[in-house]
Amino acid sequence: MSLHHASEVREPLMHLSKRSAIHPAKAWAIRLAAIVLGLAVCGLVAFLLIEKIQEKPEKIWDFYNAFIKGSFSTSRKFWKFLKNLAILLGIALALTPAFRMRFWNTGAEGQTLMGVLGAIAVDFYWGEALPEPLLLALMLLAALLCGGIWALIPALCKAKWNTNETLFTLMMNYVATFVVSYFLVIWVPNGSSSLPKMKTGKLPSVGGNDYLLIILVVLILTVGLYIYLNYSKHGYEINVVGESVRTAQYVGINVRKVIIRTMLLSGMLCGLTGYLIAAGLDQTVTTNSVGGQGFTAIMVSWLGKFNPLAMIVTSGLIQLLNQGAAQISQDFNVSGALPDVITGIILFFIIGSEFFINYQIHFRGGKHAVQAGGEAVK
Amino acid sequence: MNIWLNFLIDSLAFGATFIYGSTGEILTEKAGHLNLGIPGIMCMGGAGGVMMLNLIGKSSLPPVLIVVLGILSALLMSGLMGLIYSFMTVTLRANQNVTGLALTTFGVGLMKVIMSKMNATVYLVGPKMLYRWPFAYRQDSLQCLGVLFFLAIVVAIAASWVLFRTKVGLHLRAVGENPATADAVGINVNRYKYAATIIGSSIAGLGGFYYIIDYMASQEAYLSLEAFGWLSIALVIFALWRPHMTIIGSTVFGFLFSCSSYITNIDWIHVTMATKPLLKMLPYVVTVLVLIISSIRNKRENQPPSSLGLSYFREDR
Repeated sequence: MSLHHASEVREPLMHLSKRSAIHPAKAWAIRLAAIVLGLAVCGLVAFLLIEKIQEKPEKIWDFYNAFIKGSFSTSRKFWKFLKNLAILLGIALALTPAFRMRFWNTGAEGQTLMGVLGAIAVDFYWGEALPEPLLLALMLLAALLCGGIWALIPALCKAKWNTNETLFTLMMNYVATFVVSYFLVIWVPNGSSSLPKMKTGKLPSVGGNDYLLIILVVLILTVGLYIYLNYSKHGYEINVVGESVRTAQYVGINVRKVIIRTMLLSGMLCGLTGYLIAAGLDQTVTTNSVGGQGFTAIMVSWLGKFNPLAMIVTSGLIQLLNQGAAQISQDFNVSGALPDVITGIILFFIIGSEFFINYQIHFRGGKHAVQAGGEAVK
Repeated sequence: MNIWLNFLIDSLAFGATFIYGSTGEILTEKAGHLNLGIPGIMCMGGAGGVMMLNLIGKSSLPPVLIVVLGILSALLMSGLMGLIYSFMTVTLRANQNVTGLALTTFGVGLMKVIMSKMNATVYLVGPKMLYRWPFAYRQDSLQCLGVLFFLAIVVAIAASWVLFRTKVGLHLRAVGENPATADAVGINVNRYKYAATIIGSSIAGLGGFYYIIDYMASQEAYLSLEAFGWLSIALVIFALWRPHMTIIGSTVFGFLFSCSSYITNIDWIHVTMATKPLLKMLPYVVTVLVLIISSIRNKRENQPPSSLGLSYFREDR
């Protein structure tokens, strides 16, 4: 019956097909166009929200200028940019092995926070008693352990009972927050729950700059992880499990072992970044030590297509937006929440642009439509 | 009033925030979409309602109209957020986790910007009493059981009825379990996904509105709203994807969350300050335990929808 009517059915206005391959230059052109469009929408939103721009529309150029100014106008801002980039990249790198395995670890926030807590705990109890190098080493160990355990718990449940990992790791973030506030209440007897900066356990500054060591560590980590994921047997196993669990089982990969090992690695790398935050920057712990970067890192990793080298660019982009938007709220004297709005809008456009990279749209009557139809018949 | 009864009613009232949030999230998840944008959507729902009240809060419109217009505005704003989410994840097939997180960043930020421009003497002082009808003039926790609280109960039960007792609900669950099969039997997968996400988001938005205008009824309420959005997502697991169960679950959550502040008022229980964070941790720990236990028991009806988090493209194989 449907055969009789086949010729009468009108071809839909649009038809989608998956692209098999796209030239990288074209892909980046699409992404760039998306960012430009996103910035245009940001300008529109800024016009609606900021009175100063409504009064003097020409100030809109100051608005766009602030994105450059926020990160590059002074050397202090530039170093801050590099430091924030490194921390965000560190967490995103930690997530990547798990993501390649299609294990949606949404718990980087908590894993990193536990790393910070572990390092600070060692510092708090033994900071005075131990020599500095030994203390720093012990802090690192504690951070790796805490981050690792926080990731291991959901991984074990996933491997044994196939517990939903996205929801599990998400919940672990909040458990971690309250573990931190529990220790803060114990450690700070006066009830203010803010731990003063530790005097011991500080990473040395390299080349006269406090941030350089952190940046170098993350850079080494990036290259190391790239090699691990692309050129090692472990990396290969991760990819196979990610592509298809059945295939992995068929070729004799122990899927449970890979899941547990990879998540342990993921959590420990989060712990490492937590260590960098604790020993390299903050010297203390609060419930907000990671400040939502564990969630932002998910987007960094995804936007970078789980490729450690590409993630340098994506975390740089997000950091650029953050600092630029902070500059805007300072210059135009608006609510401190504006950066989130701007970052959100740009992210929508970048996320949306992936569609046009992955899929091709054929319009009715177009040349492509005929070709695509022909292929379908074959 | 008896302190325990007062405590129980307070837990119930607090819970209504989560009833809205998680009922909305359940509808979305049943369509196969894990919407991590719920915190942002709830915030924008609150902002939407408040924007309307900021316009009409002191006008001479009849009270019923003010109440209804506020609710409609909240529904509209959070529905718009749901539209953004479903356009990205259904039509553009973007990764759901990433889209949801971006939506939360955007929604929470935008709400804070909007709320900092609103005037609490207009949107809060008068309308608060209207929304708290019929107990507006009580001094105990009964005052929070207003219009929106009862609406929450009705919405949760209605959502359960639709999901589990009607054909539309059956289709929706089919879409969430296996969209390809649903597509094959002639269900319009995308239409169901869009409808469930937008309606779900609207419902969740009411939770934010209720929290700001009724339960907290303070100028700073919006600053603490985001955390309860995440708790709503937790509650979905606790309720095992059944909207009517959120009524019980949210009361338990409200109980656990607010008992840390009540328990210090009781003479014969001695708690130290350190117990408070542990008590506040309980809802999340309980959620994790429920998640683990339900995965061990592996009963089909207690599992997350099986295509949760995956986008659907008909030509994929």
